[in-house]
Amino acid sequence: MVMVKIDKNLCKGCELCIPVCHYNSIEMCNTLNDYGLMPVYFKDGASCSGCRHCAIMCPDAAIEIITAQSTTNDGERGRG
Amino acid sequence: MTGNEAAAEAAVQAGCRFYYGYPITPQNEIINYMAVRMPQVGGTFIQAESEIAAVNMLYGSAAAGARTMTSSSGPGISLKQEGLSYLAGSELPCVIVNVQRGGPGLGDISPSQSDYFQAVKGGGHGDYRIIVLAPSSVQEIADLVYDAFDLADKYRNPVMMLGDAQLGQMMEPVEFYKPAKTYLPPKKWALTGADGRPKNVIKSFYPVKGELEKFNGRLQEKYRRIEETEVRYEEINTKDAELVLVAYGTCARISREIIKKTTEMGHRVGLLRPITLWPFPKEALKRLSQKAKAFMAIEMSAGQMVEDVKLSVLGRREVYFYGRTGGGVPSTKEVLKSIIEVLPKIKAVGSVEMIEI
Amino acid sequence: METLYAPPKTLHRIPTHYCPGCGHGIVQRLIAEIIYEWDMRGKTIGIAPVGCAVLAYNYLDIDISEAAHGRPPAVATGIKRVHPDNLIFAYQGDGDLAAIGLAEIIHTAARGENITVIFNNNAIYGMTNGQMAPTTLVDQRTTTCPEGRSVDEHGHPIRICELLATVDGCAYISRVSLTNPKNVQKTKAAIKKGFRTQMRRKGFSIIEVLSPCPVYWRMNTLDSMKFIDEEMSQTYPSGIFKDWEKEGS
Repeated sequence: MVMVKIDKNLCKGCELCIPVCHYNSIEMCNTLNDYGLMPVYFKDGASCSGCRHCAIMCPDAAIEIITAQSTTNDGERGRG
Repeated sequence: MTGNEAAAEAAVQAGCRFYYGYPITPQNEIINYMAVRMPQVGGTFIQAESEIAAVNMLYGSAAAGARTMTSSSGPGISLKQEGLSYLAGSELPCVIVNVQRGGPGLGDISPSQSDYFQAVKGGGHGDYRIIVLAPSSVQEIADLVYDAFDLADKYRNPVMMLGDAQLGQMMEPVEFYKPAKTYLPPKKWALTGADGRPKNVIKSFYPVKGELEKFNGRLQEKYRRIEETEVRYEEINTKDAELVLVAYGTCARISREIIKKTTEMGHRVGLLRPITLWPFPKEALKRLSQKAKAFMAIEMSAGQMVEDVKLSVLGRREVYFYGRTGGGVPSTKEVLKSIIEVLPKIKAVGSVEMIEI
Repeated sequence: METLYAPPKTLHRIPTHYCPGCGHGIVQRLIAEIIYEWDMRGKTIGIAPVGCAVLAYNYLDIDISEAAHGRPPAVATGIKRVHPDNLIFAYQGDGDLAAIGLAEIIHTAARGENITVIFNNNAIYGMTNGQMAPTTLVDQRTTTCPEGRSVDEHGHPIRICELLATVDGCAYISRVSLTNPKNVQKTKAAIKKGFRTQMRRKGFSIIEVLSPCPVYWRMNTLDSMKFIDEEMSQTYPSGIFKDWEKEGS
């Protein structure tokens, strides 16, 4: 189970992450964040293969991707 | 040594290991000397692509915490003005040598003092000051350039040594008696790589409302401290002088000769020689204006320092001016002539007891 | 629990002043990722330009300096000469590097200074409201060429990578873009190579990144990426223009 956390106040709603998701799991919110911008969110229960394309595109470092499995322990640095 | 070479060697003695320059007459001796000397002491010498590049390399090395120097003249110093504003605004210590030549524009390569305004009032944009030192002999060039690095580090401020083509090119005996710096304390604010500490940022940009004004307040406070502590000047024969000459650099040398002659003639003429042009010896002039009857500024310009003399004298006394422009160097004879002309007027002024303002 | 991706700790996680979809955001994140992955925070010193990226020092958690417009390569030279073992990079936009700073970039490259320049090319002056840049494309509209750039009136765009390829002293020159995840990863690899070039003292390295400016291109973010792929790449083809590894030096 992969969890994609999108910080709604760092996100500016640029939408660069939306088309790169193979499962269309990211969608625009319909409310504004604290800065008056409309961010995106990862749909509840939507699929994620952990490809990280959304995080790779994000200009605001708003996305964090965590998997619930503990098969390997890569530590916190992640794989860029 | 020539004045130019003395400036370069004094920098090396003071621990300067990074020199960036661009050739321009009449200070080419500095860049030529540094090309040979810097490698000898394990320093860095770069002939940059322009005076602008040189002052920005200076900015980098100063930001990195090193003692660093550049030198130029006239048009080259004009090119560096943006850099000077950035250096002052980022509070970076460094030394800039200006060997003044005739101007404006391409001008000529003879001595002048027509960059006084640019140096002292700020040729770059914004409210800033640089410390300006004015030597009048090759020995003094060596002493002041050495001190310039200490002053720069003490106040995190650019310091300029304001010479002229004559001082730069003439040869006099010089002794480097100040101890060669072998240890310089580290600068906590410098960019060295944020290893085990919070990051350091070198900037002069404060776009958030109110921050820039606050920062400017700090700068002005610093400048006040410098004005209170770092004024330097020399007085010759001023104790009972009726006429006080005010001159720096080459004009001060001429003034010394003039005073010998006027003393022989029985006149009471003295000299106040500013050594720091900024901070200007305002208090000394104010004090002298209580007893002396008149002042005369002698400059190789159309009249720049004379304005600061007038401001310091506060309108109590007449301030005369003798100047030569466009690379002309006054002769003792011609200045003496103009002094003789005004002496009767000066002597006619009654001595009124001045009320302390 | 395994982290597949976390924003690097060398990036201050605060909302940036960059517009939505701005290329600066992506490149800065990549730089921060590399510094974090390589544990180089204590050794890196950056130089920020004048332009939209002027506030880079608010986002990157490393020692960093401002520079006057166009002068980062000279400032980087001054810093590298004092700290030759540190990783020094200069980040510049197209006005900074290709207009006012053209002398500095060429001479710094010619001197073979061991620094890395990351050149964000978005073919426009964003910070000042959308004027023409030296890299603005022919027919592209900006505030100072409102009818579209014309060669007769405004001159030709300048290709920096190609220009610098003629300068000995360059060890690595590469042009990349940010238009899709693969290209973003290529950009990251190119910057890494630039840093390696510096650390192995092979000479000057520059990575030109074709980057979007959606607001002043008057496009949405996705169309901006298309513009780079379809139009910008015609004038500025991606590729490697100098590579010390291939030349066996």
